[in-house]
Amino acid sequence: MTATVETAAASPARGERASQIVQHHGALMVLAATVLIGGIAFDSFATPQNAANIAVSSSFVAIIAIGMTFVIISGGIDLSVGSSFVLAGVLAAYGSRYGVLVALLLPLAVCGTIGLVQGLIIARTGMAPFIVTLAGLLGMRGLMLAVSGEGANTYLVEDDAFAALGQASLFDLTVPVYITLGLFAAGAVLLQRTGFGQSVYAIGGNEEAAALMGVPVARVKTLVYAVSGLLAGLAGALNAARLSSGVTILGSGLELDVIAAVVIGGTLLTGGAGGLTGTMAGVLLLGVIQSLINQVGTLTSSFQQVVSGAFLALVVVVQRVLHRAQRLS
Amino acid sequence: MAETAATLPKPLGGRTRALAWLQRYGVYASVLALLLFNVAFTPHFLEVANFRTQLIQVAPIVIVSLGMALVIGTEGIDLSVGSVMALSSAMVVLYLGYGAPVAIVAALAAGAVVGAGGGALVAYAGVQPIVATLALLVGIRGLANVLVPQLTEFRNPTLITLGSRSVLGLPLVVIVAAVLTAVVAFVVKRTIFGRQLVAVGGNRAAAKLSGLPVRRILVAVYVLSGLLAAVAGVLATARLQASDPTSLGLLMELSAITAVVVGGTPLTGGRVRVLGTVMGALLIQLLQATLIKHNLPQSWTQMVQAVIILAAVYAARGRKK
Repeated sequence: MTATVETAAASPARGERASQIVQHHGALMVLAATVLIGGIAFDSFATPQNAANIAVSSSFVAIIAIGMTFVIISGGIDLSVGSSFVLAGVLAAYGSRYGVLVALLLPLAVCGTIGLVQGLIIARTGMAPFIVTLAGLLGMRGLMLAVSGEGANTYLVEDDAFAALGQASLFDLTVPVYITLGLFAAGAVLLQRTGFGQSVYAIGGNEEAAALMGVPVARVKTLVYAVSGLLAGLAGALNAARLSSGVTILGSGLELDVIAAVVIGGTLLTGGAGGLTGTMAGVLLLGVIQSLINQVGTLTSSFQQVVSGAFLALVVVVQRVLHRAQRLS
Repeated sequence: MAETAATLPKPLGGRTRALAWLQRYGVYASVLALLLFNVAFTPHFLEVANFRTQLIQVAPIVIVSLGMALVIGTEGIDLSVGSVMALSSAMVVLYLGYGAPVAIVAALAAGAVVGAGGGALVAYAGVQPIVATLALLVGIRGLANVLVPQLTEFRNPTLITLGSRSVLGLPLVVIVAAVLTAVVAFVVKRTIFGRQLVAVGGNRAAAKLSGLPVRRILVAVYVLSGLLAAVAGVLATARLQASDPTSLGLLMELSAITAVVVGGTPLTGGRVRVLGTVMGALLIQLLQATLIKHNLPQSWTQMVQAVIILAAVYAARGRKK
């Protein structure tokens, strides 16, 4: 939160503080308003069952969004997470014939390694993150097709213990929801309370200054992409466990939902500012909108895309306006 | 950029010079190598029918890549091109009742409007191009699907002619792509607008200080990109004789960005290589055709394409230093 500290020290005007609150907690406020409106408009919306449904279906995007938040705060972007998610699902389902351990570790190892390699290329050569991860997107999609016999083979999950990881539930919430909560807590501590987290903010704020201050820029950047790949792999594996199969078509375009959620949550794409609470609010907001669209019934899931796209555009414009207002005051 | 090399204090090392050569001529060498390989090892490669097929298939990629090259020349990026193709395809079907010309105009207008929206977000709201066009990618694909929810076939003779007719042995689709390439090359090389867009990409602050209408130029560039994507969408729809907004143009942004980058246009803007872009598109097409003809699966194409993008950007990076 270096940006916050700097501007607050410069001139703590009231209007500025208000715009900062909107920037940091805007997603949370809109989420609350949307839930309220939804609860009034639809009888079946504000029920525990529906809340559980939203939590379960949002958990996979949430896990990936945690990694993406780190990447975006560091000033980068990871377009490869959707491919990573699908590849991990196929690998997990394929590996499940050798037991739960292989089903879980195989996708994590592969996706984590590819994330690490992407991070190394970005950190060591200075190539633009979006182009490196774009290549990663293509490469992993190709790898997924190669593993699944050009998409013709759908591997079924053959291990009950592994399937339980995606399906077992407690209080109507499945295991992935609890994993998401755990990762969110761990991620928040890592980001706000450790030297690593501070380095991520510093690099996103000003990479050269961070390097001059002695931050190990290359190592931190590499790790950020490795974590992003690892979490996308985990989400893909859990999704395969939930569906009991490695589906080869789901997840393309998932990177867009994830980036939208992170940006809507108030993390700036220019890096250096943002946080995981906003990201979670962003993920839930998209989940709630999806649920509301389902409630209306006559609207298709394509309509959801229109709304998310419009919403993303609106949020970035508002962010820019707030940013300018802060600089002017 | 030989002049840059001359002004550098230290002489360029052999490795740097090799990378510079690779960035400038790598795509031509690669296309040539692939052609020679195919002539030698692929049966029926030298037949006219095969060349026709390759050219027809590459035409939409070329057209979209031209717009992408202009946008990248301004240090931007347009991720929405695939979705714009889908939207223009949907518009064609929606307005076909009023006749083919109306439908085509509606489709092109839709592309221009989307481009104007993206351009306005970039130029006036100051949103990063990648986010602005990402929002459009998601939203416009959704809109296209809302407008035309499933694959819809049509039997309009004018459109079918546009998709399948040949003039002097060349398919109409290919002629359109060639003409548009010439027009874009002319605009970039010989018009004030072309100079201005390169100036905006090279150094935006300097362009602004020297009085260029930076915002209008940016909007115009995104409008052109949307328009060209819409043209590609109309042609693809005409060839398919159906509108399929769910899958038309899917991942087209990746192919277009690859074509532009491989063609030697740097992602940092300030330079547009039109012919290189066309070669880049040809390279992708030839690569796919080669792998398919030699019974290597789709998965290989994508992995090889990934390596090519990385190599091209790496070469461009070595050049900048």
